[in-house]
Amino acid sequence: MRKVIINDPTLRDGSHAIRHQLTAEQIALYCSAADKAGVPIVEVGHGNGAGASSLQLGESLLSDEVMLSIARNHLKTSKLGIHIIPGFATIERDLSKAIDLGVDVIRVASHCTEADITERHIGYARRRGKEVYGVLMMTHMASKEVLAEEALKMESYGAEGIMLMDSAGAYLPSDVSEKIGVLVNKLNIPVGFHAHNNLGLSIANSLAALEAGAIMLDGCARGFGAGAGNAPIEVLVAVLQKIGYDTGIDLYSILDAADLAEKKILKEIPSIQSTSVVSGLAGVFSGFSIHVNRVAQSYAVDPRDIFFELGRRQVVAGQEDIIIEVASELAAKRGV
Amino acid sequence: MKKLKVAILGSGNIGTDLLVKAQRSPYLECTMFIGRKLASPGMAKANSLGVRISDQSIEAITNNPDCCDLVFDATSAVDHLRHAPILEQLGKLVIDLTPAKVGQICVPAVNLTSCLQYTNVNMVTCGGQASTPLAFAIGKTQQNIDYIEVISSIASRSAGPATRANLDEYISTTESAIRNFSGCRRAKAILNLNPAQPCINMQTTVFAKVENPDLEKLNPVLQEVISTVQKYVPGYQLIVPPTIENGRIVLMVRVLGVGDYLPSYAGNLDIINCAAIAMAEEYAKNNN
Repeated sequence: MRKVIINDPTLRDGSHAIRHQLTAEQIALYCSAADKAGVPIVEVGHGNGAGASSLQLGESLLSDEVMLSIARNHLKTSKLGIHIIPGFATIERDLSKAIDLGVDVIRVASHCTEADITERHIGYARRRGKEVYGVLMMTHMASKEVLAEEALKMESYGAEGIMLMDSAGAYLPSDVSEKIGVLVNKLNIPVGFHAHNNLGLSIANSLAALEAGAIMLDGCARGFGAGAGNAPIEVLVAVLQKIGYDTGIDLYSILDAADLAEKKILKEIPSIQSTSVVSGLAGVFSGFSIHVNRVAQSYAVDPRDIFFELGRRQVVAGQEDIIIEVASELAAKRGV
Repeated sequence: MKKLKVAILGSGNIGTDLLVKAQRSPYLECTMFIGRKLASPGMAKANSLGVRISDQSIEAITNNPDCCDLVFDATSAVDHLRHAPILEQLGKLVIDLTPAKVGQICVPAVNLTSCLQYTNVNMVTCGGQASTPLAFAIGKTQQNIDYIEVISSIASRSAGPATRANLDEYISTTESAIRNFSGCRRAKAILNLNPAQPCINMQTTVFAKVENPDLEKLNPVLQEVISTVQKYVPGYQLIVPPTIENGRIVLMVRVLGVGDYLPSYAGNLDIINCAAIAMAEEYAKNNN
């Protein structure tokens, strides 16, 4: 049976959906449930990763330190992971501290064409003896050739696997097959895929990735994540079991974990809101939804117009400030 | 007036753009353009301008100590840590464009003349040059500033290898400039590289959490600071005036470059280099 490694960023990507307000109790409960289900890696933190709590993206209720310590105490067999983006998080302030707190897996991320900014962070985490992956975000914005080049850079820095993220939920299954296929061919390390559900394709795209040779997938409880959410981990595990993949995750226990998340963490179950569809079409980072909706209201402009303008400008995750600029421009044009 | 002899160490985007600006200055003369490889676009540009070039790195200066009075260091933070004591021993004035933070922090709109007493000044970072004057205006007019956050987005094409390798230093150096010149309790700096084609213009946003935001007090001081910056960075413009959004002050500037070496989108090169030239000219005027 072919093995698939599932990474669960419920307590990281899901932070976007609740404005990074995870509580200590929620982290403890979900970590215990995921641990019991045998989830290989549980990722914890601010939606944009370690050191990203900010006015730009939203401030976390709890510090990284507190979140990671609680998670560490409630994970026995699952590994504890973090997502980290250079430009937000530094080695000295964020990464070294996280490793001191007992993090096992470090996923160092950059925008899909900017892999070289990950070199120092990847190198540092490897030297500290951690399991390290490179993550390329917003990958719909680059061709398969460019993605392969960038992934090869991360491999040369010491990454032990590469995750492609469909951060805007913009992929069709054929896009996934094409891009994952090229990476599997060119790299000597495992390849994985992180789906978003803006166009209702998170599970289909995850399967397309496996068929193209990926062996790592991300899934969140009830799809809890930015915008329209991610691939629901409980559905993913069920579908993979049906096809005959080995995830090592117990079906009943992951269903229980998803029920628990719904009851204790989610404010609402992720659904494909109109703005999420537009965000997927426009190719804008899913995490922008919550900010776009707020700013659209305060400037009295249509959030869909904001999304299409952001798409036209090719903004990337981290440029949430541009939402305000675009909204104020749209409002001025309309003479408000 | 005798021109101040300057050498430029580092032949990347920053160094090459700086060269074009130095050549235009009535107070400066670039006497040596120094890198590590003769076959680079920067070297070709220097050659075409008739400037003496060298591929000997810092040795170009230690072997010809009389070649210059002032050295612009446009290499990387790690390299500057090595260069600083050597240049000090040679008695050179040093303007450091890396985020090594060895010398006195210099943001011309805020502390130009007081930097003259130092022989090594640090130009912070591109985002620091764009945001510090704004944070300074906030610091002068607002009470009880808990937190200031500055986010810069720059075109991927404008960020060379040293910039990319120095993101951590970029963050810590920018943050310390913001804290120093605004008096805020906490500061955070974020840098985004955006690969969009056509390239995006450099933009910087400042968020501030203060006790009772007073925009009426802020606006005139801000206007004054912005016009001071515009004297040495002509493409510096306020695009979102101070606004209270979601309980915090937010304002945004765009920096259009003059287009000396890279096109005008690379306001990040322009602003740090314009600031460095302003400082060098101040030394030159003071010398005469």
